[in-house]
Amino acid sequence: MSVVTSLRPRRGRNVELLLLLFAVAIITLAYATVEASANGAWPANLATQVGGVLAIAVVFHLVLRWTASYADPLLLPIATLLNGLGLVMIHRLDIAKGNELGEGMALRQLTWSALGVAIAIGVLLWLRDHRTLRRYTFLAGTAGVVLLLLPLFPFIGREINGARIWIGLGPFSFQPGEIAKIVLAVFFAGYLVRTRDVLSIAGPRVLGMQFPRGRDLGPILLMWAISLAVLFWQKDLGSALLFFGLFVAMLYVATERVGWIAIGLLLAAGGAVIAFRLFGHVQTRVLLWLHTFSPEAVAQSDQLAKGLMGMASGGLLGTGLGQGRPYITYFAESDFIIASFGEELGLVGLMAILILYVLLAERGFRIAVGVRDGFGKLLAAGLAFSLTLQCFVVVGGVTRVIPLTGLTMPFLSSGGSSLLANWTLVALLLRISDQARQPVLDTADSGPVPAAVGGR
Amino acid sequence: MSELTLTVLRLSLLVLLWLFVFSLAAVLRGDLFGTRVVNRVTTTGGGSGSLAATVPRDRRSSNGNILVTSGRLTGTRIPLGTGDILIGRNPECLLVLDDDFASGRHARIFPAQGGWGVEDLGSTNGTFVNDVRIEEPVQFEPGAQLRIGRTTIELQK
Repeated sequence: MSVVTSLRPRRGRNVELLLLLFAVAIITLAYATVEASANGAWPANLATQVGGVLAIAVVFHLVLRWTASYADPLLLPIATLLNGLGLVMIHRLDIAKGNELGEGMALRQLTWSALGVAIAIGVLLWLRDHRTLRRYTFLAGTAGVVLLLLPLFPFIGREINGARIWIGLGPFSFQPGEIAKIVLAVFFAGYLVRTRDVLSIAGPRVLGMQFPRGRDLGPILLMWAISLAVLFWQKDLGSALLFFGLFVAMLYVATERVGWIAIGLLLAAGGAVIAFRLFGHVQTRVLLWLHTFSPEAVAQSDQLAKGLMGMASGGLLGTGLGQGRPYITYFAESDFIIASFGEELGLVGLMAILILYVLLAERGFRIAVGVRDGFGKLLAAGLAFSLTLQCFVVVGGVTRVIPLTGLTMPFLSSGGSSLLANWTLVALLLRISDQARQPVLDTADSGPVPAAVGGR
Repeated sequence: MSELTLTVLRLSLLVLLWLFVFSLAAVLRGDLFGTRVVNRVTTTGGGSGSLAATVPRDRRSSNGNILVTSGRLTGTRIPLGTGDILIGRNPECLLVLDDDFASGRHARIFPAQGGWGVEDLGSTNGTFVNDVRIEEPVQFEPGAQLRIGRTTIELQK
């Protein structure tokens, strides 16, 4: 049993401000490059537009200084840069489609970004202690399942591009699955922190791995069934994979039993085989994945093939923003935005973007290591893992590592619900990291801090 | 806009992106250096000295402390404030016991009549003060032995 303390707790707010300015500078350069290559001149209104992005970022930064001064200094700059790069790419595709600034997708994305940041600030102000969320464990569980199933209801559910994962309210359409990801992470964290002792109790040992008892398999089988139901009714491979993966990962973090991962992988493989046998759309996806360039596959959809061609024409250094032709691919601004970046920034730029995601996830797991209560650990790890798994599913799909599924790339892809959900996710991580990085003595007066956490 | 300008813009964007990644990595170095691990159970005689050393003297409130004298958490000291202290295995407890014989929410120490009282919260294996199982809230006198499972806790003025 030991206590790990920080030698010199640094708030890191000044570092954050510097990195934030750096991020905005990169976004500015990217924007100027797009305008310069599209119109052959510097954008006239550069100052006002950059000023808008800068204002949003600095307001968030000031809120952090005020309400979560020990929060992790890297999360906000990374999220800002990714969001800004996404905006620039969407604007670039707007130009290719001949949309004016006022009516294009970029302006809508900017509005959603501002709304997302506003909601994130609201979460930070409302949630002064992440442990409050533990009270709403089962409420969150119910809400998560309802959100998942909402698109299936008549009248509000909408089927867009073959997947029934949208709800429509008047002119707005929304993907509730993105929010469900966060709500379910709260539920899993609250549930597992209660039951992990039972779930990690002694069971049979096979091949050096400890497996749980048969009667403890209930929760994982239930989650598996729900994931398959989502897959069956909503025809959404990506979401099913995301939720099941999130549950298995959090189960592993809670119990430290490799057996759970083995069981999870077996169940996922079994589910994949069942889905392949039963559903035509899964067979199509697998055909497109394995034989992308075959005549049968191209007859179905040449989206993946065009994306791969685009990335190949980008090469190492890319064609430069505004000089490639990413708009040839369908959904170049949402599902295939990674291919668009691969074409215009090249492998070098794409790797930098992927490393930004890696660092974002690393910060999440670091926060989980640092925070002192079990619920916060599980929640931070779960949120970080869901972000990572989502990136893997999207990038893996675009680069033909796994079959293509319809998830959005966090922060980059065009889409309001995704932006709102991911900014909320970052706000939760910031709140938890504020507690994780605070020196123990500072909090001794303010609340119940476990002075001694046994054994774990 | 000349071809040269566009090339310079294109390459400088990539360079700046990677510079950003490297400056993030430079900030990350703080995770590698700058933490210190204090082992609480290395000192002899129950190890009460080591944790006490990390708690500054002025932090010890005048209300006294509770000190774990046997069990896995031996040597843990919690300064008493003005509020209740919840003891049990649940992570929300102030003193989280790693003790198979303790319940999730086992017992509560609370301010009572100028001193402190202790109350069993319906635990399975019971709470003992000076080896007498308590059924209702009793006064917790300084020096009395509070036993929960394999853990013994003492109140110090």
